[in-house]
Amino acid sequence: MADRPDPQAQAGHNAPGLSLHVPEPKFRPGDAVDFSHVDVGEPGKQPRPDETCAPETMRDFAYGLVRVLGDDNRAHGPWDPKLDPETLRTMLGHMAMTRAFDERMFRGQRQGKTSFYMKCTGEEATSVAASMALASDDMVFPSYRQQGILIQRGYPLIEMINQIYSNRGDKLKGRQLPIMYSSKEHSFFTISGNLATQTPQAVGWAMASAIKGDTRIAATWVGEGSTAEGDFHSACLFATVYNAPVILNVINNQWAISSFSGFAGAERTTFAARALGYGLAGLRVDGNDPLACYAAEQWAANRARANAGPTLIEFFTYRAEGHSTSDDPSGYRSAQEREEWPLGDPVMRLKNHLIELGEWDEERQEKMDLEAAEHVKKVTKEAEANGILGHGLHHPFRTMFEDVFEELPWHLKEQAEQAIHERETKFPGGLPNEGKGA
Amino acid sequence: MSAPDQTPDQAPNQAEAKPERRLNMIEAINDALDISMQRDENVVVMGEDVGYFGGVFRCTAGLQEKHGKNRVFDTPISECGIIAAAVGMGAYGLRPVPEIQFADYIYPGLDQLISEAARLRYRSAAEYIAPMTVRSPFGGGIFGGQTHSQSPEAIFAHVSGLKTVIPATPYDAKGLLISAIEDNDPVIFFEPKRIYNGPFSGYYDKPVQPWKKFDQSVVPEGHYTIPLGKARLATEGEQVTILAYGTMVHVVEAVCKEKGIEADVLDLRTIVPLDIEAIEASVKKTGRCLIVHEATRTAGFGAELSALVTERCFYHLEAPVERVTGFDTPYPHSLEWAYFPGPIRIGEALDKILKD
Repeated sequence: MADRPDPQAQAGHNAPGLSLHVPEPKFRPGDAVDFSHVDVGEPGKQPRPDETCAPETMRDFAYGLVRVLGDDNRAHGPWDPKLDPETLRTMLGHMAMTRAFDERMFRGQRQGKTSFYMKCTGEEATSVAASMALASDDMVFPSYRQQGILIQRGYPLIEMINQIYSNRGDKLKGRQLPIMYSSKEHSFFTISGNLATQTPQAVGWAMASAIKGDTRIAATWVGEGSTAEGDFHSACLFATVYNAPVILNVINNQWAISSFSGFAGAERTTFAARALGYGLAGLRVDGNDPLACYAAEQWAANRARANAGPTLIEFFTYRAEGHSTSDDPSGYRSAQEREEWPLGDPVMRLKNHLIELGEWDEERQEKMDLEAAEHVKKVTKEAEANGILGHGLHHPFRTMFEDVFEELPWHLKEQAEQAIHERETKFPGGLPNEGKGA
Repeated sequence: MSAPDQTPDQAPNQAEAKPERRLNMIEAINDALDISMQRDENVVVMGEDVGYFGGVFRCTAGLQEKHGKNRVFDTPISECGIIAAAVGMGAYGLRPVPEIQFADYIYPGLDQLISEAARLRYRSAAEYIAPMTVRSPFGGGIFGGQTHSQSPEAIFAHVSGLKTVIPATPYDAKGLLISAIEDNDPVIFFEPKRIYNGPFSGYYDKPVQPWKKFDQSVVPEGHYTIPLGKARLATEGEQVTILAYGTMVHVVEAVCKEKGIEADVLDLRTIVPLDIEAIEASVKKTGRCLIVHEATRTAGFGAELSALVTERCFYHLEAPVERVTGFDTPYPHSLEWAYFPGPIRIGEALDKILKD
C-alpha cells in the first residue's frame, strides 16, 4: 500500500496539476511550412513479405512507408509491380481524367449548375491505381472521394454528371446529394453521407462471399478522420474475427475538413498501426506513388483471395484542395502545405516515371490533358441537355415516393397524391418541361 | 383446431392425422427460422450467443448443428457490427436474420439501421436493397429493469423505409417471421419476451398459464405466412375498439373479459405499414377507441394511432380517443407493476370511454 496516495494529503500536493492536451497542427494560415519532421523513408528499401505472412510480423510495415518511385523517377525495390508501359499510360490517363473531371465539376458548382462538389486532387492514385489492382467484379465500398474508381471502371462520365446535376438523366432520380454515386453494374456500392458506415458493410459483403464460397473480394475506402467512428472499429474486428476477404483502405490525407489528423489520433501512432492490435495485416504506403498504391492493393488482394485474411492499408497522402465546394481551407491551414508536401503530386510522379522510361513525353502529356478537358467539356454539355439543378428537368414528382419500400404503402400513396395536388395548385397548366404527373 | 395450410391429402383420415402440435412462441420462432433456412440457402442467422449455445432465449437452439456454422454463427458484442455486416450481406444477395439480444441494446446499431438499411433502396434507386430481418426480444413485465424491458418501436416507426412487426401469439410469430424474412425490405421484428412462454393477463401475482393451453399455440408444421400490414381481430365487440400489440393484446383481452366489455380488440401485428382499413372499419363501428402500449407515452406510437383515428373517424367518435401507456420515465425495477400499464389503468380508461 506504500504507493497509495495519502487520503489526508492536500489534493495535488507534491504533484503537478493535470493538464489536457488538445492537439494543434504544426502550421496555421500564414505560417511558413517545414515538413522535415515527416519521415518518408527511402523508396525501394522496404522488403515485400509473402502475402500469407502472419500479421504480427508486419510491425515495420505498419510504421514505415512502402515506396517505389524515387526522386529519380525510377521504380525501386521489391514492391515495384513491374507494370508494362501500356498499363502505366492507362493509369496515368485515368488519373488525368479524374483531375480534369474534378476541375470541370468544381467550376460547374461555382456557376450554379449544381449545389455541391468534392474534388480528390492529390489523391488520384489512392483510387485509380488501387482499384486497377482489383478485379472489375470485386466489390468496392468507397467514401465520397474515390471518383477515380468509377472512372477507372469505365462508368460513363455522363452518368456521373447527370447525378451531380440531379437532372432527368440521373439514375438516382435526384434523391441523392451530388457525388453520392451508385453503380451495381460496376460493383460500386451506393455512397452514404454517414461516415464510415460502409467499412463494416464491406466486411459483411466479404463474409457473404466467403459463406457462398465465391472468389470475389471486397475493398472499402475511409478517410483518416472517419476512422474515429465506431464503425471502423467494428469493421476491423469483424474482419479479423471471420478472416473476411476484405481490404480496409484508409486514406490519410492529413485533414478532416478543418481538423488535422491529430484529432483522429495521428500524433502518437500511424493508422496502419491500428491493424496490429486487431491482428490484421497492416501496410503503410506512399499514397502519392501510384506504383506503391497498386502494389499494396495487389498484395492485399492476393492475401484475401488466398483466404489468408484481411489487410488494412494506410495511404499516406495530402488533401491538396478544400474539403468541398463549401469549404475554404485558407481559414485553417497554411497555403504552403500543398507546395511543401514531401510526397509531391501523384500525376506528375507517374508522368515523370513514364518519361524516364522513354515511354512518354511532355508533348503527349499536354495532348492527353487537353483531350481529357475537351472530353469532359463535351460530356458536360450532353449532360446539361438533361437539365441542371433547379431548372425543372428532373424526374417526375411521383418518383420521390418510390423505392422507400419495394411497394408503395397506403400512407405514401396518400402523401404522393397530396404532393401532386400541391403541384397542380401551384402550376395549374403544369410546367413546360415536366411530363404528366410531374 | 386444424392447421390452416393443411390440405386434405396430407391428412387422409382422422386416425392417421398428426396430433395437434402446440408450440410456445420460442419454439414457433425457432421453427420459422429453421423452415426459412431450409427453403432459402441465402438465409443466415447471426448474433450474440445465437450459434453453438442457441441463444439466451433458446430461439436459435439446434440451428447451427443442423445448418452449419457458415449459416448460423456467433458474433462479437457489437450491435453496430452485427447490423452493418447484415447490410453488406444483403447487398451481396444474402437474406440475413441478425439478432439483437435485447431491444434495449439496439441503439449502437441505430445509425446502420436508420441511415443505411432503411435508406439503401431509396438512395440507390433500388440498385441495392437490405432484405434483412432484425429479431429482438422487447417489452417489460419480467423485472428486467431499465435495460431489459424497453419498447422502442416508435423510434423505428418514425424511420421511413423500415417495417416494424410485433407478434402476440405463437401462430402469428411463425407466420409473421417467415413473411418478414421473405420480405425484400428491412424488417424490425420485436418479440415480446414476457409472452415467450405463455400469454400474460396483467395479473403478475397469478401463475402464468403455458401457451400449450391456448389454441393460438397450435402451430402448423411447414411453411405458411401471415401478410405484413394486416391486423388480427383478436376479439369482436360493439362497445369499443382497442388497438394493441404484443403483450398488451392479452392484457386488454383479460380486462375486457373481467369487466364484461365487448370490444373489438385489434392486434395490429405490424405497425409499419399499418392496417388502417381495419382500424377505420372498427372505430367507425364502435365509435370509441382505446390505444394501449407498454412504451412511454410522449411521442409513442399511440400518438400516431390517436392522430390517425381522430383524423379519419372524427365524425364517428362518441368519446375522446384514450391512450394507456407506460409512464414517461425509464423502466423501473422495483416499481415495475406501478409502471406497467396493467388492468387498473386499462380498466379506468375503458370506464371513462364508455361513460355515456
